[in-house]
Amino acid sequence: MPTITFEQPNGTATDVEVAEGGNIMRAAVTNGIAGIVGECGGQAMCATCHVYVNPEDAAGLPELSEDEDEMLDCTTAERTANSRLGCQVSLGGALQSIRVAVPSEQV
Amino acid sequence: MNESILIIGAGHAGVQLAETLREHGHAGAITLVDQGAQQPYQRPPLSKDFVASAQEPEVLPLRSEDFYAQQRIELLTGARATAVDRAARTVTLSDGQQRGYDRLVFATGARNRVLSCPGAEDPRVIGLRTLQDAEILRRQLDGAQRVVVAGAGFIGLEFAASARARGIDVTVLHSAPRVLNRSVSAQLSNWFTQAHRGDGIELRLGEGVQSIDVQEDLLVQSSAGESCRADLVVYGIGVLPNIELAEASGLECENGILVDAALRTSDERVYAVGDCANVGRDGTRVRLESVQNAADQARSLARTLCGEPTAYSEIAWFWSIQGRHRLQIAGLAEPTDSSVLLGDPGSEKFSIARLRDGQLVAVESINRPADHAAARKLLARGERITEAMLAGASLKDLANAAPVAA
Repeated sequence: MPTITFEQPNGTATDVEVAEGGNIMRAAVTNGIAGIVGECGGQAMCATCHVYVNPEDAAGLPELSEDEDEMLDCTTAERTANSRLGCQVSLGGALQSIRVAVPSEQV
Repeated sequence: MNESILIIGAGHAGVQLAETLREHGHAGAITLVDQGAQQPYQRPPLSKDFVASAQEPEVLPLRSEDFYAQQRIELLTGARATAVDRAARTVTLSDGQQRGYDRLVFATGARNRVLSCPGAEDPRVIGLRTLQDAEILRRQLDGAQRVVVAGAGFIGLEFAASARARGIDVTVLHSAPRVLNRSVSAQLSNWFTQAHRGDGIELRLGEGVQSIDVQEDLLVQSSAGESCRADLVVYGIGVLPNIELAEASGLECENGILVDAALRTSDERVYAVGDCANVGRDGTRVRLESVQNAADQARSLARTLCGEPTAYSEIAWFWSIQGRHRLQIAGLAEPTDSSVLLGDPGSEKFSIARLRDGQLVAVESINRPADHAAARKLLARGERITEAMLAGASLKDLANAAPVAA
């Protein structure tokens, strides 16, 4: 099964397995990963599932849509080149594992 | 802080409050009481993705199953609070047990205004609010070919667009002359009317449901004397705040439970947050029905309950997904506020700025998240943004520029 590694600001890391097609926000919320909120339910409307993707895993990522790109300007923690909304990144296919850092602030 | 806090209602507001109390170090007991039988869940997808796809959808929980135990939050599901005794500081539950509290929070939300015309009691006439409603609706939608939607508010139109996208014939009856008339500018309302009609939805304005003849299928009679056959009638005609329990305990209620800016009722040990709370601030009263309002009020109240008195002051924002179109609203406008168009509605990507006394108070955006993101920043900073400034620069440019004092 695809695996997501969540790294907290204090350095602790947690691995979460997801079904094919599962996204980062849903995996975090259903597994109780701190620091991922997902207030809008996964519709790229609230920008509270912001993560920083490990640059080495960037190649397999789905492309950034215009909507996600624009909503990333709404994040509470600083946006970087590695910023994504967790609800817009699904695992599966070529993307079987990914490491993401959880920002220190989400709201 | 070792006080015991009892929260009635485990929706977005109640669960957020419990979580933020623990984040701020509240050490006392936290009890969440909810009449629903299942784990607390996300509501926004219910009128959108949940009914849009013919495939079995997954329910999105608000928190993980073990979250409540891990955070020492006692979650009592399937338990209805039936009485509050404020003098004794106890709440009676539907199973007869009594729970004491040091602080009590009403997060009781709202319920659907029920369609009450003749024929509305038929099981094929459905309101949409809870997970149970959504599951019933999904089952009935399979095989349905014609649906009548009563009410063109957010829920009605979200559902109508989802059903239309599944190839179902959809007629929307709305008794007011404009869609979304409580929520958006006249310009945006008119744009949505055209957009939904363009997608094949029959939208009849100024025409409500008069009665439903229950036959093999349903024959809906409108107030204009028209009739329309349907396999299913779905209504979204507004909600009523759940105030009965608060009212019976002697708390002042009027369109919600009356609270001050710190979300406190007239009883200093009792508070209200979310859809059920009518908040007084700067001489006005506001009761909102949205996830953002529920979650942000809960976060604000958690600070107060942890010893840091906080007046609720977040900028309101909303969203709605109507078929292909994403609506986002930042700020609260009044019908009398003026409107300034930003962008070209023909492109299906534009915003409408709302101004009061020449100053920006809200922005409605269609498929333009960048405008919404910028508007939230500008409004939160309390900057004075004028029509002239909007004419000369994009919202994003204004948000990125050095702040100008209001």
